[in-house]
Amino acid sequence: MPRAKKTKTDTDANTDASDLLFDGADWSFKILSKTYDAIERVALDDLGLNVYPNQVEIISTEQMLDAYSSFGMPLMYRHWSFGKHFAREEKSYRQGHSGLAYEIVINANPCISYNLEDNTMPLQALVMAHAAFGHNHFFKNNYLFRQWTDADGVLDYFQYAKEFIMGAEERHGFGAVEETLDAAHAIMDQGVFRYRRPPELTTEQRQTRKREIEEYRERTFNDLWRTVPDKGGAEEATEAEKERLARRQQLRLPEENLLFFLETNSPVLEGWQREILAIVRNVAQYFYPQRQTKIMNEGCATFTHHYIANALYDRGQISEGALLEILHSHSNVLFQPDFDDPRFNGLNPYAIGFAMMGDIRRMCTEPTDEDREWFPDIAGSEDWRGALKYAWANYRDESFIRQYLSPHLIRKLKLFDLTDNAEDKHYTVGAIHDERGYRKVREAMANNYDPAHTDADIQVVDADLRGDRQLLLEHSVRNGIGLAEDSRTKVLKHIRHLWGYEVTLSGIDHDNGKQLYRTSTIDVDEAE
Amino acid sequence: MAMHHFIDRRQNPSDRSLGNRQRFIRRARAQIKKALDQSIRDRKLGDVTNGEDLSIPTKGISEPRLRNAGNEGRRARVLPGNKEFVTGDHIKKPPQGGEGAGKDGAQDGDGEDEFQFTLSRDEFLELFFEDLELPDLIKTDLKESPTVTYQRAGFARDGTPANLDVMRTMRNSLGRRIALNRPDKKAVIALEAQITALEENCEPESEDRSRLDALYEELEGLRRRQKIVGYIDPVDVRYRQREPVPKPNTKAVMFCLMDVSGSMGEREKDLAKRFFVLLHLFLKRRYEHIDVVFIRHTHEAQEVDEETFFYSRQSGGTVVSTALTKMMEVVNDRYPTDTWNIYAAQASDGENFSGDSQTCSSLLAEQVIPVCQYYAYVEILDEREFELFGNPEAGAALWRSYREVAQGRENFAMKRVTKPGDIYPVFRELFLPQNVGA
Repeated sequence: MPRAKKTKTDTDANTDASDLLFDGADWSFKILSKTYDAIERVALDDLGLNVYPNQVEIISTEQMLDAYSSFGMPLMYRHWSFGKHFAREEKSYRQGHSGLAYEIVINANPCISYNLEDNTMPLQALVMAHAAFGHNHFFKNNYLFRQWTDADGVLDYFQYAKEFIMGAEERHGFGAVEETLDAAHAIMDQGVFRYRRPPELTTEQRQTRKREIEEYRERTFNDLWRTVPDKGGAEEATEAEKERLARRQQLRLPEENLLFFLETNSPVLEGWQREILAIVRNVAQYFYPQRQTKIMNEGCATFTHHYIANALYDRGQISEGALLEILHSHSNVLFQPDFDDPRFNGLNPYAIGFAMMGDIRRMCTEPTDEDREWFPDIAGSEDWRGALKYAWANYRDESFIRQYLSPHLIRKLKLFDLTDNAEDKHYTVGAIHDERGYRKVREAMANNYDPAHTDADIQVVDADLRGDRQLLLEHSVRNGIGLAEDSRTKVLKHIRHLWGYEVTLSGIDHDNGKQLYRTSTIDVDEAE
Repeated sequence: MAMHHFIDRRQNPSDRSLGNRQRFIRRARAQIKKALDQSIRDRKLGDVTNGEDLSIPTKGISEPRLRNAGNEGRRARVLPGNKEFVTGDHIKKPPQGGEGAGKDGAQDGDGEDEFQFTLSRDEFLELFFEDLELPDLIKTDLKESPTVTYQRAGFARDGTPANLDVMRTMRNSLGRRIALNRPDKKAVIALEAQITALEENCEPESEDRSRLDALYEELEGLRRRQKIVGYIDPVDVRYRQREPVPKPNTKAVMFCLMDVSGSMGEREKDLAKRFFVLLHLFLKRRYEHIDVVFIRHTHEAQEVDEETFFYSRQSGGTVVSTALTKMMEVVNDRYPTDTWNIYAAQASDGENFSGDSQTCSSLLAEQVIPVCQYYAYVEILDEREFELFGNPEAGAALWRSYREVAQGRENFAMKRVTKPGDIYPVFRELFLPQNVGA
């Protein structure tokens, strides 16, 4: 853990006032620019970060609230729910219930960060180091972002999406667009490709491709194949079963991405509606890596701003007052209450991330015997910059914790694993910060950040396009955790809107294949 | 200096969030309207135009997502800050489950029953006007803030170029040039001519040479002085100053008269309130200062505060003329007609003590209407009655005697209403642009 600040004597000649980048709270574009250059020197020359070009935009409170309410994306298309969130945020902000983020940063090339105009100059410095260098480096180097998002095209895409939605509203009316968007938003979490790369084609290209394939099939059709007898035992399989298999193959089932499936296969959607689904799906996919890297992303940014602020102070470029203000905000953001504190609201990704990054540095430079045993690769290697950059590039939260959470840190944070079995009247402490517990705690914590454990695994399994066209979804239930019933009925209605026919969702126990629940739009209507 | 890193977005049009806002209001329209109706009932007449904190049910504006059930299955959570637990410890769950191991439900605020937000003044009025069916022109007219005129108010040292006062500026400039002894153009030209003449026939070493040098120096001095003492200096410049002055504003008093006997129910009072609010909005735009007097009556009339006027009930018969008498008392007492514009709005369900209606019409004709700028009367009926009395000729005693009064009087309007949309036509005459009340 890097120390907050090296002790300095009052007479230290280092802090010669003339070297200071700024003095006091006020900022101007000139000071910002000078400070940016100083930060950049530390970030690139000392830390060796590799970043996209930066574009720092200064925005007002209202613009920040607005960005907040639109998925943190100032270029988002228009929809009533963003207006609703804005109204809530605004009220809460005006009444002083909540402060505002100091910045918002967009994973794009160039990397755009939005800084709040109300920030004092020390805060602007903090924010620039944090977002324009910390997050920026992470975006550019982490494998998830490199593989799954297109930093060069994303701004254009959001612009396109916004214009497309506006155009659709003009042509098809607010109501129709709103209905489609509402329905698509309801299954946004089920609108990402988790395991395979998303197809990059636009809808239009896909249609052309499909037509070409159909034409090819027609050309090469040979009726004789039908007369070739099936392999032995095929008679056993009923006609219906055979048909089902053929269907699954044709629709490429099972399919985990509901939005993608509906966009390609829904019998009722029009072209523009499919394009809206594609837009929502792409937005969901764009944010998916961020959901998986909260700890790492914030850890990287927080470590970076902390290091840079101290470096600037050591070089005599910022005053003690400025450093103190930066550290004050720093520790506010990093506050981690204990589990029994009324303020506790889960693990704070900033706190965990910063602690883990600091721990990696410590293990590189001041390793203990325990570290050498657990982390032979990095313990005592001295090259903490290299070790951190390697971790930032190649892990996501789940694997990062599995790999790097050390016994030292588990003890320090006094982490423990609490097992909650709904049938029991009590929780059970599964493991604590002791010799027997380290691996278990680490395992459990990594699982807490693994989408495979936290997100419901739902797949499209069947859709009989010639029969009653009912869409069958299957939820593979792990650890007996089903889906809240009211959320099932509401979301299924939205899916039915997009599919055009009845939709049924069944929960199947992952371990024993038993059906745990079944919700269908057919029953819902009867119930109402 | 790498200034290109920074972009100042603060000046961007701030209505970016407006599109989302409008979509939200359109979406939640039904709920907002309901909350608004309640709020009109609860609010004071004069406060209607302010923004409003509204609270609407989340149903209908919820955004469902599939979420894990909170009360089933097995899960393991890692928590910080262990103090005394050891492996294998059992901790009793708090009753009703959930809370201890965190909150899995209530994402996105969908768990709350009520969604709270603030409606702006314009949004409020837009919705308020909606079922009053006001013509668009009147809507914008009413939404405007009090109009002002600009009056000349002397001269200022700064302003827009369009307001530059050339005469005054030049006068200042001239005075300063004289005072500071600025060399004028003629003197410079004369000196230049002298120099040219000398240069043409000038012998080196001669006396002319040294004179020429002196003249050069003199010319240089003049030019420098011209530069230092400018022809027009920022201190000379004067702009015409204009000050916003509210339009001639006299005072107005608005009388609200209402029958509060048992036959006036919630619905009737609600319609009556909208009727009063509309008149108040109109007056507010036209007069800087408005007094509102509330007079309620059963078989006797009282001046009351707004709270009592709308909310408390009173039992008794109905004698409408008492309200008119009371109003005249107040007028004579506190609102001399030479300084106050008097408006009156009366709402009733049309019932009256038999024989009193004649008294009313003579009171109106002889005393009340002559002192009023405008007198509006609405008779609030239910749908069934409305059909029965489809013909304006037909009606109970009160209606018939008011009809007589209405004959040939332009500042008296009366109408039967059953729904908010019926109210505006009562004021149609009043709101006509040419009919400036004062």
